[in-house]
Amino acid sequence: MGSEILILQYLLSGITKGSIYAMVAIGFNLIFSATGVLNFAQGEFVMLGGMIAVTLSFYFPLPVAVAGAVVIVACIGCLLELLFFRPLRHHSILHMIIITIGLSIVIQEAALHIWDEKVRSLPYFTGNEISSVKIYGAAISPQVLWVLGTITVSVILLHIFLRYTLQGRAMRACSSNPEAAMLAGINISNMRTLAFGLSAALGALGGCVISPITMTQYEAGAPLAIKGFAAAILGGLGNPMAAVAGGLLIGIIEAFSVSKLPAAYNDVSAFAILLLVLFIRPHGLFGSPSGQGVREF
Amino acid sequence: MLLQVKNLQCGYGALEVVHGVSLHVCTGEIVGLLGANGAGKSSLLKAMVGLLTPWHGRIWINSRLSGWAPAWRSVSNSVVLVPEGRQIFSDMTVRENLIMGGYHNPDRKSDIDIILDRFPKLRERIGQVAGTLSGGEQQMLALGRALMARPKLLLLDEPSMGLAPLMVEEVFAEILKLRDAGVTILLVEQNATATLQIADRAYVMETGRIILEGEAADLLQNPEVKRAYLGKSYKEVWE
Repeated sequence: MGSEILILQYLLSGITKGSIYAMVAIGFNLIFSATGVLNFAQGEFVMLGGMIAVTLSFYFPLPVAVAGAVVIVACIGCLLELLFFRPLRHHSILHMIIITIGLSIVIQEAALHIWDEKVRSLPYFTGNEISSVKIYGAAISPQVLWVLGTITVSVILLHIFLRYTLQGRAMRACSSNPEAAMLAGINISNMRTLAFGLSAALGALGGCVISPITMTQYEAGAPLAIKGFAAAILGGLGNPMAAVAGGLLIGIIEAFSVSKLPAAYNDVSAFAILLLVLFIRPHGLFGSPSGQGVREF
Repeated sequence: MLLQVKNLQCGYGALEVVHGVSLHVCTGEIVGLLGANGAGKSSLLKAMVGLLTPWHGRIWINSRLSGWAPAWRSVSNSVVLVPEGRQIFSDMTVRENLIMGGYHNPDRKSDIDIILDRFPKLRERIGQVAGTLSGGEQQMLALGRALMARPKLLLLDEPSMGLAPLMVEEVFAEILKLRDAGVTILLVEQNATATLQIADRAYVMETGRIILEGEAADLLQNPEVKRAYLGKSYKEVWE
């Protein structure tokens, strides 16, 4: 195999993983913009999406199972906001972030009890494990195309929602200036619930499309949350589109690190990037230094 | 009577800022509310729209008891507050700011045109991000955004703050025009002269209480007001 093809292969695998980090990072951003909270249970939405879709796929055709999982997880996201964050609105942001970490542990334990510790996966959406598509000589699974396509479409739809619809604009207004949004008659509590639902839905969708490639297990969420967080910070918090760039970058760097470093160091690259960004450029690659960022923590 | 406040007390945490204020605004009036920094003017306005919960006392808007509803409901009472410091959505465009102002207004598309006719400068900047506007333009945008909700009662908190004298004149001329268009206005200001010149009546607040009230023309002549708020020295007043 030529080295160009090898590089392309690494690149594609990096983009695939990076897409999922991007989905998680967008979720981080949506909730952060609307509430100021960093939701470390974000990875659990991905895990739940995959697990629920696997279970539903025993009873329903695949598209229904995926859609059902996304809707159910979106409802779970809304419910979490209603039950835990709305009543605790007056506590400090740090309290609420710690609550998200607690929730993440509870959701994992619940998943362990509902399912078990077995690794599951959805069937390939088209073809199977051994079918492959050739792109410039690199062989990739058709599922990778599903991942990339799904993520591209959802990012575009999200962009249209935030830019061109009344509710999407209202959501941006809430993050831009909550008090003024309230004075304009926007029910910002409901907008926060919507933000939780939306990012849960995005996470679940990511969890479904990636499931055939990476498999799903009750504890698959936590590492995704951390890498998604690293992606969100790298892109600059408060900007969902920058999160996509951040996610892809981290995925690609991870993929190439495998070619140079032992595989055991795979996770190190994401953490190294996270620390580097926090030290050198805490507002991220695309954020402005004066904008909101992680510095307040 | 469009707005009536009786014996209102409110504050932040354990600190009471407004100690029993009563005032009223009739339909079609411009009423001024004067006072120095920290007199409790802004807190009073916040209580009227539900940003602050009243501790004690009553607020009637359109003869309906109000004051405990969340702030986002005040718009449906046709009361809109233009907050201190304008508080525009600075990372959204001028058009988006106006659309947000008309969040509950089903005719928001056609109303934008009416607002842009009123503030032609905003039309030039319609696609621009609001944070890049000048202070005066931002004040116009804040006014325009508030008007998108078609308010009956407009609460203005320090609209002249931080503006160049020429801009201040323009803003006050705009307020007069709004009154002529049928909007009732409660104007909170530190700029007492300009306020008393356009207002029908006015209240003067000091440390959380109303210490003076009356016709604007009378207050302009009142020696106490002259001394404390119109920047005249004792000598000028008492001669």
